[in-house]
Amino acid sequence: MEKTVNHKAWFLVLPVLVLVAFSAVIPLMTVVNYAFQDTFGNNVFFWHGLGWFEELLASDRMWNALWRQLAFSGIILAIEIPLGVLVALNMPKRGVWASVVLVLMSLPLLIPWNVVGTIWQIFGRVDIGLLGYTLNSLGISYNYTQNPAHAWATVIVMDVWHWTSLVALLAYAGLQSIPDAYYQAAKIDQASRWKVFRYIELPKMAGVLMIAVLLRFMDSFMIYTEPFVVTGGGPGNATTFLSIDLVKMALGQFDLGPAAAFSLMYFLVILLISWVFYTVMTNLDKRG
Amino acid sequence: MAKITLDNLAHSYLPQPKGPDDFALKELNHDWEDGAAYALLGSSGCGKSTLLNIISGLLVPSQGRILFDGVDVTHAPTAERNIAQVFQFPVVYDTMTVRDNLAFPLRNRGRPESYVAERVNEIARMIGMEHMLDRKARGLTADAKQKISLGRGMVRKDVNALLFDEPLTVIDPHMKWELRTQLKKLHHDFGHTMIYVTHDQTEALTFADKVVVMYDGRVVQIGTPEELFDRPEHTFVGYFIGSPGMNLLPAEVSGREARIPGGVTALAGDYRGLSGKVQLGIRPEHLRLTADEGLPVTIHRIEDVGRHRIIRADLAGHDINIIAAEDQAVTPDMGRVAIDPLRVNIYADDWRVAAA
Repeated sequence: MEKTVNHKAWFLVLPVLVLVAFSAVIPLMTVVNYAFQDTFGNNVFFWHGLGWFEELLASDRMWNALWRQLAFSGIILAIEIPLGVLVALNMPKRGVWASVVLVLMSLPLLIPWNVVGTIWQIFGRVDIGLLGYTLNSLGISYNYTQNPAHAWATVIVMDVWHWTSLVALLAYAGLQSIPDAYYQAAKIDQASRWKVFRYIELPKMAGVLMIAVLLRFMDSFMIYTEPFVVTGGGPGNATTFLSIDLVKMALGQFDLGPAAAFSLMYFLVILLISWVFYTVMTNLDKRG
Repeated sequence: MAKITLDNLAHSYLPQPKGPDDFALKELNHDWEDGAAYALLGSSGCGKSTLLNIISGLLVPSQGRILFDGVDVTHAPTAERNIAQVFQFPVVYDTMTVRDNLAFPLRNRGRPESYVAERVNEIARMIGMEHMLDRKARGLTADAKQKISLGRGMVRKDVNALLFDEPLTVIDPHMKWELRTQLKKLHHDFGHTMIYVTHDQTEALTFADKVVVMYDGRVVQIGTPEELFDRPEHTFVGYFIGSPGMNLLPAEVSGREARIPGGVTALAGDYRGLSGKVQLGIRPEHLRLTADEGLPVTIHRIEDVGRHRIIRADLAGHDINIIAAEDQAVTPDMGRVAIDPLRVNIYADDWRVAAA
């Protein structure tokens, strides 16, 4: 079919273009601007090329933050996904208790991030915190402000506390969609509990679990507020994850050039890893 | 294979049933003969799925016993009963291949792999799926999946009974015929006891040697398709079987005559001492539209369904249906309906009464 050529139609798209440019493209471009140039103020810029990127990639600082970040995301995924599934498997399927449990499970998700941070910051304190004080009274030395391992443990437990619910709720939704007939057929086929999980429940949950892994990965990879409130990235740099490092660089040191370069690489890493996750998992899904 | 006996069986979903209305399945005694094909027919919610689940052991009845070849299995778990069940929606293990699906019940019971392979091939041939044994079950059509569930049921040689819970609901009409024919053939070749739950009379009548009609938690009639058609023991059977169902007219019966709306009609037998709500039942097939015989009717409309015509008419304020064969002329002067006395059934309080 012959298409009508009417260049005036572009005017209809213009408002959207302006809006997107104003809200997304221009802010992003200022970051790009800083990433490739240097300035001594007064809006006078000098071309710096890939200088900031080379400088960052050559230093240990960003690499260390990246490894810490990967370790953190890896650990919380390794805990939250199986734990969430386990919780979902044990949640009541129907009746009053199903609703009660659902509400209880959603509670942590409703608490603002910095409140979660504050809760755990106080909970873990050695002098007045219930957890810190109890542990120390029991003779277990625990101090997240001094011991890096304790700081890590605290941050991880906090994240698990905050976000396992999300995985559990998603997995629960997946489980609820399985018709009773599947379980009855499995009984007739004399399938063991493990086989019911492996061949009925897990395949039916695969789709939502994929979403859970993606969500939890992206979220944890960008985590800032909670560790900032609890440990402030310390002790030393032990819990300085990418976001925390970035803020230190951009606002603490006001190194806008390196921080901008950092931001761009950070963004690309998240994009890349999410894409890999997604591709691998959808392929798994297809092969079934 | 086994004979299945239901002894005083009843079930209520309430923990403390008070009256008979609380029972989804009312007291029932019945033997399912070894090797016979039964259809369990009834409208939705009449208790047929409840009964099936009790037989398969997914449900423990509130009262009574269930015996397999005389052995009480009322409280035996499903796995021990050695029954197979095909569900309304095809249940297959999506991530497994067709082969693994068929092998699953045998492997779970720890049979040697050589035996499993042999049985799987045998069953695959039986259900006509040899060429797709290595495909994943996911993505197969509904009828292929349903065949797999059927195959999974039959792969065990010692299976006591095959139960079907409306297995053709999600199958395309043209595949229904094929699957049903295949089922009949399998029954003929292997002689499993089969119980087939359905609300579709065509399915029931074509599949089964004997049809068990259930109504409101009760078995109202067990019989061959022919018996159900000619002598429905309960008005529900008359109404439910047939398309359209039996005409039921209020009647006053005395001796060999029945007074029904529009006039008096002769009966083939002698009925005496009837009490309660008396009705005369006559199938549309056994009514004849004429110009000069029988009772006057007003015709509302005529539906031509191909093989015959259904005449929707009014007999002194009561709707009646008449079936006219294709070759029989229906002309405007035909304003009367003739009743074949030999085909009349008389009901008192919904149950059929035999002539004295």
